[in-house]
Amino acid sequence: MTTLARDQDLVVQTPPRTRRRSLAGYLVMPAILALVCLGMYLYVSSQELDSIEARSLNAASLATATWEHIQLTVVSTVLTLIIAVPLGILLTRPFTRRFRPYIITLLTLGQAVPTIAVLVLLAVAFLFLGFQAAVVGLVLYAFIPVLLNTIVGLEQVDESVLEAGRGMGISKFGVLRRLELPLSVPIILAGVRTALVINVGTATLTTYINAGGLGDIIVAGLSTNRVLIQIIGAALTAVLALLIDYLAGIAEDFLRPKGL
Amino acid sequence: MNFFEFLVNRSDDMLELGLGHAAVVGVSVLLATVIGVGLGIATYRRPRPREAVLAVAGTFLTIPSFALFILLIGPLGLGAMPVVVALTMYGLLPIIRNTITGLREVDPAIVESASGMGMSRTQQLLKIELPLAWPVIITGIRVTTLVLLGIAAIGSIVLGPGYGELIFTGLARVGTPVAVNLVLAGALGIIVLAIVFDVLFYVIRRLTTSQGIR
Repeated sequence: MTTLARDQDLVVQTPPRTRRRSLAGYLVMPAILALVCLGMYLYVSSQELDSIEARSLNAASLATATWEHIQLTVVSTVLTLIIAVPLGILLTRPFTRRFRPYIITLLTLGQAVPTIAVLVLLAVAFLFLGFQAAVVGLVLYAFIPVLLNTIVGLEQVDESVLEAGRGMGISKFGVLRRLELPLSVPIILAGVRTALVINVGTATLTTYINAGGLGDIIVAGLSTNRVLIQIIGAALTAVLALLIDYLAGIAEDFLRPKGL
Repeated sequence: MNFFEFLVNRSDDMLELGLGHAAVVGVSVLLATVIGVGLGIATYRRPRPREAVLAVAGTFLTIPSFALFILLIGPLGLGAMPVVVALTMYGLLPIIRNTITGLREVDPAIVESASGMGMSRTQQLLKIELPLAWPVIITGIRVTTLVLLGIAAIGSIVLGPGYGELIFTGLARVGTPVAVNLVLAGALGIIVLAIVFDVLFYVIRRLTTSQGIR
């Protein structure tokens, strides 16, 4: 019961994995997102924009913000994975068994530390601003769920399979490389998706430390009190997040090893 | 002024913001629990509705919190309302998923013997399945609470109550000596709340889990 309950603890931020979908199933999400974008485009072009609105709501500035947002998301996700996956492997080796529960409790509680506090602290305490600071903040926040995911993934590999591997004379490292890692690919892929979703969301907040992204548009709308800008910025952010989650979901479907 | 003096100085503020923060998260968790457990019970035996409910709740969780708060200003105005609604939406997925997992993991043989004893469907659910699934469900609620405590800080953007106010005030005063104290106080407040809630859930879990499976 305890291992089971802990399992439920750890994968909480992972989006639900859908079954292999039919072709129509694959088309639903992009169709909805395209409709939302089309609706926004038609609505904005039908409005008389004042000079402040026109400054934010033009193709060039929206494209810049979106591109910055994607860069932040991708760079921080890659770094998150480089840090969290090896650390997860290390933490599941037998020699860490004694202090692992404490580390897991600490990491779980660490998830409550608000991202915005991490980002702002970098700015106010170290006067660390801009793209690099944003990436540091994003990685600090996202590595916890991905790390927990990797730990769970490696722990759920059937012990008897590893035993059989060792019995066949495969070395310790060989067992890790040839059995444990391939068997936990689905969980690690879920971790990639989790990291992407978390980072694309958190990247909205990096506008507060001058790192750009779609948050720029929302904050521009807030500070000039233009509701239209706020809504377009927020809706674009949501569309981008859902699109990235959708693409990661497809990647998950196709990269999963055939036997699993 | 060092950080400790700052905390003592602002202890009234800290308490008031903490109560606000806990209240917003508490109400949201309660709402998410009622809705989530209800949906879980309604759909756990039917694959299609189950997947639909999980997909929708997953979509909610994917929408960045900053964007969702802003989008909710339109229909709900500023203040605690948009924060509660947004947090409830975020809280649904873990609770629904754990409810479904918990209920599906109940041994079918137990349920069958319950129906063999003449229990009605409702009795089976209330007396057998829910009590057995409860530890998994309450774990979902606990983790939801931790995640929502962090997200609630961003609710300050729409003037929701809580420690986010300290963090954003600190941001506005970047470069002044008080800024670091403000942000640290906000973060510390949330961590303290997280520990309090965690202990609370541990106790609730001990008290409400039926003795046979404790």
